[in-house]
Amino acid sequence: MGELIKDAIDWLFDPIRYFVGSALILGVVFYWRKFFSRNIVIATFFVGFTAFMLWAPSDPDFKKIITKPDNVPIIILITTVIFFTWLAMRQGVINDERAKEGKPSIEGELGKKKVFTWPDLVYTEFICLVLFTAVLIAWSILIEAPIEEPAATARTPNPSKAPWYFLGLQEMLVYFDPWIAGVVLPSFIIVGLMAIPYLDTNPKGNGYYTIEQRPFAILFFWSGFILFWVSFVILGTFLRGPNWSFFGPFEYWDIHKLEPLVNVNLSTYFWVDALGKPLPENALLREAPGIALILGYFFVLPPLLGKTMLRGLVEKMGIARFNVFMQLLLWFGLLPLKMLARWVFNLKYFIGIPEWFFNV
Amino acid sequence: MGKLFQAIRSSQIWRSIFRHGYPDTPRNRTLAVLSNTFLHLHPVKVRRSGIRLSYTWCMGGLTFFLFLVETLTGLLLMFYYRPTAEYAYQDIWALREHVPIGIMREMHRWAAHLMVITVWLHMYRVFLTGSYKPPREFNWNVGVILLVLTLLLSFTGYLLPWDQLAVWAITVGSNMARATPFLGHEGPGASLLSFGGLNFIHAGDDARFGLLAGRFVGEGALLRFYVLHCVGLPLIAAALMAIHFWRVRKDGGISGPL
Repeated sequence: MGELIKDAIDWLFDPIRYFVGSALILGVVFYWRKFFSRNIVIATFFVGFTAFMLWAPSDPDFKKIITKPDNVPIIILITTVIFFTWLAMRQGVINDERAKEGKPSIEGELGKKKVFTWPDLVYTEFICLVLFTAVLIAWSILIEAPIEEPAATARTPNPSKAPWYFLGLQEMLVYFDPWIAGVVLPSFIIVGLMAIPYLDTNPKGNGYYTIEQRPFAILFFWSGFILFWVSFVILGTFLRGPNWSFFGPFEYWDIHKLEPLVNVNLSTYFWVDALGKPLPENALLREAPGIALILGYFFVLPPLLGKTMLRGLVEKMGIARFNVFMQLLLWFGLLPLKMLARWVFNLKYFIGIPEWFFNV
Repeated sequence: MGKLFQAIRSSQIWRSIFRHGYPDTPRNRTLAVLSNTFLHLHPVKVRRSGIRLSYTWCMGGLTFFLFLVETLTGLLLMFYYRPTAEYAYQDIWALREHVPIGIMREMHRWAAHLMVITVWLHMYRVFLTGSYKPPREFNWNVGVILLVLTLLLSFTGYLLPWDQLAVWAITVGSNMARATPFLGHEGPGASLLSFGGLNFIHAGDDARFGLLAGRFVGEGALLRFYVLHCVGLPLIAAALMAIHFWRVRKDGGISGPL
């Protein structure tokens, strides 16, 4: 029985199933949020999670990953993100119900009353401070900070992993070259986050939890934060082993596990497979289909959408905001598109000009 | 006993420090916040809705608390640690072997991990309550920079134990800089910055070299990361935090419905 569950879980945790599954779960939770915001749901989750965490370390391979001292934060990350997502969703659902009945939000009803910072706020802060000091001391006594062998630049550990909070970026390296995964996309994450208040012109949902008054904003942030950041961190920590190969949670980290790399460039698909010609010598001509595709994606798609489907959005946001928003959104969208293209077509690069380190 | 307290409270020393009575009246509660350098970053009164745990999750405050823990434990660690390739690793071992009740490094590391999580969750909460909307747009931006600084603080600190874990994590992380467009020697466009066959951007002067003070993670990188970790980044973060907290107050305290 135990082995069967382990095999099932290992099967479930392959990159495609893991990612598509997470996306589906997020969609299901969002759609049936009324059900998922019940107390019993989060209680069931925590009971199930605790039971799993008690049972699973009986497996030596699982135990090896889970008991690394630096992986404790990831467990905290998983549980807190799920708990707080639930908590926010619950209050959002309640507020949405109240709005339908014509009542103000919980925050609106309580917000009229103001209380003194001393003692009401200062006490909460003080209790938090004492509690967390205690937690930190206990944690520090119980688990020793890791120290490995002395630094040796000649001996590369396998796998070499970035610090856990950057594993999302390292995971993106599977799909993009470092100049995109490590430089351009992180920069756009920062710029995009900073642009949020200036792009979101929806005046509703300011200072209270709600979902129905800003469904797109919530879904957008969920997918960015939970799907492409937190879930990538989890994936990078627990499921990426030697040679950055993918391993199920109960799988032995076999250094010789080979994943055949049969990825093909778009140019090869276009010239060799579709037209039956050899690849042109000139790099620009060779990559012309990919360049056209990417240029079209970034510069033809936004005006096209703005004229048709997203006309209302252009009117609401104004043309400048709309264009900035579209550029950021399209960069964000490049990641799932590339992932999909990799899984379905084994696509290596849309544009592949290694001569100039310009691969997309 | 009561008389003793009374005597202390009415002494010149006590009254020179605290300019108000016990904060149990509206007047004294107001003064308690206004006359205290640290507390005055808070407004005198806050929304009842805003201070509920289910609303704020306490994550911003916890992040600040963890920053203070890091400052304190970091200061203690600096007494024992020398940022050179020769001593760094030994000093970390010595911390474990020779320092009585040596949990400072543990506390420093676990609090750092926790701080990354609390700062993410703080951003998550602020987004979900729409608290970045006017008039708080600017403060959201300060917050984003603080988030990046938190990650950079953690990243620079990751190298300091000078063990295999540290060196290779920083190697992997900083390898990305090699591919910076135009500024990294393996980045797109870098080869365009050349004159008469002479490349301006090469492994000896690109973005990664600037970050690591060398072509690989070596002694130069250790010192550079140490100085940034202990002095440079905390100073910037502290200044921005002051702005961040002050703007929370000026923009109307903890967010709530308008």
